[in-house]
Amino acid sequence: MSAILQVQNLVKNYGDFKAVKGVSFSIEEGEIFSLLGPNGAGKTTTISILSTLYMPTSGDTTIGGHSITKDPMGVRGIIGVVPQDLALYEDLTARENLIFWGQMYNLSGKSLTTRVDEVLEQIGLTDKAKDRVKTYSGGMKRRVNIGVGLLHKPRLLFMDEPTVGIDPQSRRAILDTVKDLNNQGMTLLYTTHYMEEAEELSHRVGIIDHGEMIAIGTQKELTQQVGEAETLILHIGENDDSEALAKTLKDIQGVQQATAVDHEVSVVCDEAEDVLAAVVTKANDRGIKIRSIDIREPNLEAVFLHLTGRALRD
Amino acid sequence: MLKTFLIGIKDVRLAFRDRAALILMLAAPFVLTIGLGLVTGRFSSNTSSGISDIPVIIVNLDNDQLGNALADVFNSTDLADLLEPTTGSDSEAARKSIDEDKAAAVVIIPEGFTISIIPQQSDFANGNVVAADPVKIEVYANPSRSTGAGIVKAIVDEFLNRVEEGRISDTTSIEQLMFSGRITPQQALAAGSAASLDNQTASPASTLAVKINSSTANGDAVKFDALAYIAPAMALMFLMYTVSYGGRSILAERAQGTLPRLLVSPTNTAQILGGKVFGIFLTGTAQMLILIGASSLFFQLKWGDPLGVIVLVLAAVFGATGWGMVITAIARTSAQVANIGMSITLIFGIMGGSFINLEQMPSFVQMFSKITPNAWALDGFTTLGLGGTLTDLSAPILALVSMGSILFLVSVALFGKKNLVQK
Ligand SMILES: Nc1ncnc2c1ncn2[C@@H]1O[C@H](COP(=O)(O)OP(=O)(O)OP(=O)(O)O)[C@@H](O)[C@H]1O
Ligand SMILES: [Mg+2]
Repeated sequence: MSAILQVQNLVKNYGDFKAVKGVSFSIEEGEIFSLLGPNGAGKTTTISILSTLYMPTSGDTTIGGHSITKDPMGVRGIIGVVPQDLALYEDLTARENLIFWGQMYNLSGKSLTTRVDEVLEQIGLTDKAKDRVKTYSGGMKRRVNIGVGLLHKPRLLFMDEPTVGIDPQSRRAILDTVKDLNNQGMTLLYTTHYMEEAEELSHRVGIIDHGEMIAIGTQKELTQQVGEAETLILHIGENDDSEALAKTLKDIQGVQQATAVDHEVSVVCDEAEDVLAAVVTKANDRGIKIRSIDIREPNLEAVFLHLTGRALRD
Repeated sequence: MLKTFLIGIKDVRLAFRDRAALILMLAAPFVLTIGLGLVTGRFSSNTSSGISDIPVIIVNLDNDQLGNALADVFNSTDLADLLEPTTGSDSEAARKSIDEDKAAAVVIIPEGFTISIIPQQSDFANGNVVAADPVKIEVYANPSRSTGAGIVKAIVDEFLNRVEEGRISDTTSIEQLMFSGRITPQQALAAGSAASLDNQTASPASTLAVKINSSTANGDAVKFDALAYIAPAMALMFLMYTVSYGGRSILAERAQGTLPRLLVSPTNTAQILGGKVFGIFLTGTAQMLILIGASSLFFQLKWGDPLGVIVLVLAAVFGATGWGMVITAIARTSAQVANIGMSITLIFGIMGGSFINLEQMPSFVQMFSKITPNAWALDGFTTLGLGGTLTDLSAPILALVSMGSILFLVSVALFGKKNLVQK
């Protein structure tokens, strides 16, 4: 396998603000690489630079042998981009959108219409192709947004949080599409802040936080960093103070980390069975009722918690 | 080049699918045309005209048959609505009142005018039918009232043509040179178009001597229709809306993410911006042509020489597109473009003569109107409506094309300092 994309020391400043602070990684031909990070981590900024929309403040990247700074036009023919926010003409139909964007990717004539039909089939919108996009549900719009990125069969597809804010069914469909595309040989760079998506899809994951790549590798390699640790997820009542509970739980012997997110407290520990009793007692002492407890094997959430002391979704 | 075209077509399609835009592009000018047409009585009688009561001073120093006949033409009841003639005896005093903007034109019929044209009986006897060089009638025009002055000049021309016809057909009978009823206001107006153009290109306040063999008059009776002023005036006013709408779409595409998406496709910035400009131009042209078609169809309005109309539409849309680009380059958000665009639509509409004929406006408004595409194009459409052709349109077309070119350069300079990518 060879690298289709090679990022070297990418830096992006917005004025004084450092959004990306020297990120390096590479993506092998044929893999799904996920960029996992919380809101504001710098995922969209990174993708915008890699797709030649912004110039990096410093550093460079080669994609299929073309430099994003020296030969952006060469890069654009190889990549497809599915932006985080919908980028469609709402007053055009799905079909008209696909035709127009296909033309912008230098498709024309018969090959354009055939390809548009294929893509409509792929995103499951053949029946609705003649309706204006503005009449679509959020999930359908997302699918058109993805379809536009597929028209010219890019070797490398960037997908920036394509499942944000949609129903579970559409989300499922999108994740399946991503796997299909990869099975057909497309390389993907997928960004998300959902740990489960990164776990399900990716061959390798880069964890990004505050503009820095804090960990990179296969899931196995990453979870090994937390050792054999397990995570307890405590679901508590709406009126209970999860922050305060998390704080007291950290004092328990064998607990590595405890973090509060909404009405959940995540507890990273060496061995779940050893700390369970102590956790329940502490909660009872504070008058907090635990509604249910999940025990999870080491996962990416735990890795993030371990590395940053924070939960992914905060 | 192809992509530029495709982006432009896409924008036309979007504009014509936007209901709010359609109302302002097509419905508003159409309804206003009907409304103003009703006010001017266009639909109740067919003799009305947009121009009336042109103040003109007749100085008849000839006091012979032909001079009196011309004076009678100016005082005839047929022309009573169109003209407001006064009689003067002192040509210098009359010229002075033009300089003071008290009248549109002075007609000075010099002494010996009749004699110079109609041969005396004794000449006939000698077989000397062709008279010596005729004495010239002078029309002293007010440059700031070019339409009115043009009409006066046209009436004189028309009169002289009839005199000439009489001379050529060897008719010396005075009766046949009495023209009551032979020149109608419509004919005068028709002739006035070409004449008013001549006045514009002449240096201001120059004295225009009308020669006897003047042939500028157009013999066809073209009815001057109030709508021939109102319809283009309204169309041009809302053309300004359309160009600002188009400008707005550049910033809207940035906000809705389609501009960044275009920028990461294998399409370069020049193709994208070119396409946007082309889209504005196409939308404006389509709007104008639809309005022209609709008024021809529903009101039987004659816009005049088709070639002239098309070239003038293209020039007007080009000039207006320049304004659309400048507005876009200045504004930060599409909402700002919308606000500036609306103001400019109204200001240019009023100052460019869409509601009140510019000749009735103070001189500073007339000065200001020169920066509006409205005034120039309206001038051109009036010329065409009065029977002029493409060849009479050099001034407005040149002005509109220069306007567009200059504004494009300005907008490119302004855009250069602006980041198209980031919000
Ligand atoms: N144009 C900009 N000007 C200034 N700051 C910006 C700009 N774009 C992004 N930022 C900042 O840079 C940081 C990274 O933003 P970015 O959009 O790349 O994050 P992200 O990982 O995509 O987040 P999200 O999950 O919310 O999409 C954020 O703090 C953001 O506020
Ligand atoms: Mg983002």
